[in-house]
Amino acid sequence: MTPAFSFVSFGLAITLSPLLLGVIQKTKAFFAGREGAPLMQPYFDFVKLFRKGGVYSRTTSWVFWAGPIANLAAALLSLTFVPLGRIPAPAAFPGDVFMVAYSLSLGRFLMVLAALDTGSAFEGMGASREVRFSLLAEPVFFVSVLTLAVVTQGASLSEIYGTLPRHMVHQGISTIWLAGGAVALVLLVENARIPVDDPTTHLELTMIHEAMVLDHGGIDIGFVQYGAALKLWMFSALVAGAFFPFSSARPFLEVMGGIGGVFAVAVAVGIVESSMARLRLIRVPQLILLAGVLALMALLWAAR
Amino acid sequence: MGAILAFAAAGTVAWSGRPMVIPIPWAIPFGSLSFGVDRLSAFFLFPIAMVGGLGAVYAGGYLRRSSGVQAPRFFWFFYSIFFAFLLLVVTARNGLLFLMAWEGRSLASFFLVMVEHREPTVRSAGWTYLIAAHLGTACLLALFILLGDRNPTQDFEGFGVSGREGIRSLLFLLALIGFGVKAGMVPWHVWLPEAHPAAPSPVSAVMSGVMIKTGIYGLLRIMMFLGEPTLWPAWWGWTLVGLGALSGVGGVLLALAQKDLKRLLAYSSVENIGVISLGLGLWLCGVRVGNPAMAALGLWGALLHVWNHAVFKSLLFMSAGAVAHATGTRSLDRLGGLIHGMPFTSLAFFAGSVSLCGLPPFNGFISELLLYGSALAGILQPEGLRRIPVLAVGALGLMGGLALACFATAFGIGFLGQARSEEAAQAHEVSFLIAVPMGVAAVVCLGIGLMSPLAVAFTSFAAFDLMPILPGVIRVGGWEIPALFQRILVANVALCVMLVVLMAARRILLLHRRVEESSTWDCGYAAPTARMQYTASSFIWDILAMARVLRPRVKECRPLGLFPRSARLGTEEQDIFQRLFYNRLWRGIERCSDRLRRLQEGRNQIYVLYLALTVLALLLWKLGFSQ
Repeated sequence: MTPAFSFVSFGLAITLSPLLLGVIQKTKAFFAGREGAPLMQPYFDFVKLFRKGGVYSRTTSWVFWAGPIANLAAALLSLTFVPLGRIPAPAAFPGDVFMVAYSLSLGRFLMVLAALDTGSAFEGMGASREVRFSLLAEPVFFVSVLTLAVVTQGASLSEIYGTLPRHMVHQGISTIWLAGGAVALVLLVENARIPVDDPTTHLELTMIHEAMVLDHGGIDIGFVQYGAALKLWMFSALVAGAFFPFSSARPFLEVMGGIGGVFAVAVAVGIVESSMARLRLIRVPQLILLAGVLALMALLWAAR
Repeated sequence: MGAILAFAAAGTVAWSGRPMVIPIPWAIPFGSLSFGVDRLSAFFLFPIAMVGGLGAVYAGGYLRRSSGVQAPRFFWFFYSIFFAFLLLVVTARNGLLFLMAWEGRSLASFFLVMVEHREPTVRSAGWTYLIAAHLGTACLLALFILLGDRNPTQDFEGFGVSGREGIRSLLFLLALIGFGVKAGMVPWHVWLPEAHPAAPSPVSAVMSGVMIKTGIYGLLRIMMFLGEPTLWPAWWGWTLVGLGALSGVGGVLLALAQKDLKRLLAYSSVENIGVISLGLGLWLCGVRVGNPAMAALGLWGALLHVWNHAVFKSLLFMSAGAVAHATGTRSLDRLGGLIHGMPFTSLAFFAGSVSLCGLPPFNGFISELLLYGSALAGILQPEGLRRIPVLAVGALGLMGGLALACFATAFGIGFLGQARSEEAAQAHEVSFLIAVPMGVAAVVCLGIGLMSPLAVAFTSFAAFDLMPILPGVIRVGGWEIPALFQRILVANVALCVMLVVLMAARRILLLHRRVEESSTWDCGYAAPTARMQYTASSFIWDILAMARVLRPRVKECRPLGLFPRSARLGTEEQDIFQRLFYNRLWRGIERCSDRLRRLQEGRNQIYVLYLALTVLALLLWKLGFSQ
């Protein structure tokens, strides 16, 4: 596989990730029997947001605008380590999954601080929930990726995902799918989707992620949304890679397969969002615990 | 006073220059009193000299305006002694000298903790510390007696035991307890959250930054004497990993529950000691199974974390001290909004928090990555001891998340938002002498993060004597270590570049647009007050509710009726180990000693009788033996 295709897939991730949000919206609209916003709506939103000025609270400081920036930079950095389908990522080294997780943590840390910077009770509430759920999701994510590492004997994400289809044939698909299921649950937690968080809720008291960015507007919220889209792309690529045993010798087909997988995950997220309600907040840790149990089972099976 | 102050500062800074001249092994035999700096000592000398020097400069500014410290001369006297003994501990090459330095250091730091002795809490903290220190030393005394018994002298050259596994395991356990008390490992950590907040801030910086690390040094030094590393039993490694996970998760959970900024930092030291011993445990497991990458990366990660923690924890303690100085309170629920009044201190605390949470591009990230690399190497090996690294990864991940929550509270509630009290609203920036050491420490944090290949190279140099020669090159997943860290360096630099570019982009986009100021959005409520903000209690409430094992004491007054008048919620965290174990232990000891009190009647006649009986008993014993 030539490195050129790695960069092509990176470029596609950067350009197509907002479309992922559009696909989820469209799926939900379909299930609700509505026409729904156009697929390209997220792009229109970005154009609108990046042309705006700003309104800042008198309570805020530099932390407030540094949050979205750090979040976006961290998402971009992590994306360089995430493979698309079987195409290796532009950069890879052993243990890069920890780099991905920790740079995402950096973004989260700054976003939480930005929320607390406003001194608003609602944003404090959102921030508190965000750290609470993500601290549970992180070990689960590690264990599930390590399971895949044990199965494939690969040390970097690109190595792991590059050889997964072969191992699916040899070692049975169940281990890989268990770990993939855990990653899929982590996707829902990390990207603030139903059943963990409802991105379209209108009541501040029930929000998690949206409550944290109540005060951000204009360019800042644009950065936040774009960072969220990239993060969704990243996790979708990880889930799709673990679920679809698609592999081809021709790089072009490989890229198309990878993108197809990512959008299939987006449709699946849309279906989940249309078919169930948000869980009560006290039930969310149990959901993450379920993911943790799946990951541990997979690991025990893989390392037997 | 100024002269003493300047002298101490100059003296300590001069000291900090010294070990840089002699990083190569050398030794001056001087009768039985021998000093020397080998690779391991040199590695520990760096942070001691640096933090000690920075602490002295900081103390110069801190004492000048502080009304709390009554006797600066007293402070400087013990600070200098403390610092000298700290240096002596890592340079002593003789068991007796080591013990003397160890004990002198404990006593000097006890007096430093007691500087503000007019406060009753400080006095009780000081006594707790003294008792803990001596219980630890008792184990060390036994340890060195046992070691000396099997060697001609107490000199460290050629020191060691090679006998059966039983005696070596006993020595290991003694060292683990003796040095573990000093390092503050769970369950021997209870003195630490008492003593560190009670001490003046420069002292807490040195104590938390480097003094507890001498416990790690001692443990490593003793390990050198315990025979061939490949013969060490496997359970040593498990024990260290288990204690590390326990200290790490327990420490950070307890830190999360604290409202006092310095207590929070003290508990987070317990967590970091946990991280370090986790690394040491991975090292031992790696040695045991003959996996060079796992062993080396575990040891390097632990050692690098010693440095990193020394720097960022002293930075955090210094900034916390500056806050306490400026506002007169350390309670998070009375702070807030400090970023406006104290921008520099806030920035310093922010840098320290990011490093402590192990986030890129700062230094904590590098050492945590080394540990993760070690665990990964352990997991990828074909067989044997694979559960230990999985446990380590899970514990490290959980610790990372909890530390993030903890420092989001500390920085977010303490420094951001609106001021929660009059004092916090009127806080003013610190003086130059206080700001300089904080700035230096913050720059070092970022520097180690960005110069990671160099730092790792130096760590491997220090670890040389502790690494057995294992077959195979140190590789993780087919990668050699220098190449790996160059890649990490590139990633960190890329992150910084992206941050700068995005900042510039935002600045340019906003250049000719309307930027307004307004009040915070609170659901249409136009007059938000400081009391409506989330407090530290409310921020961590959900997380603590998940960790019910810790059994926080909750004072709750729920709103009652249709028009509730008042509702209150307060949480109070008492250390579970203190409550469930140590308090019972002390009560038991007290009860036993109460029974002994009957012997001590206070009448002279009875004491004379005791004397006569003792002499008689000795006489009989002597006679019995001479036959």
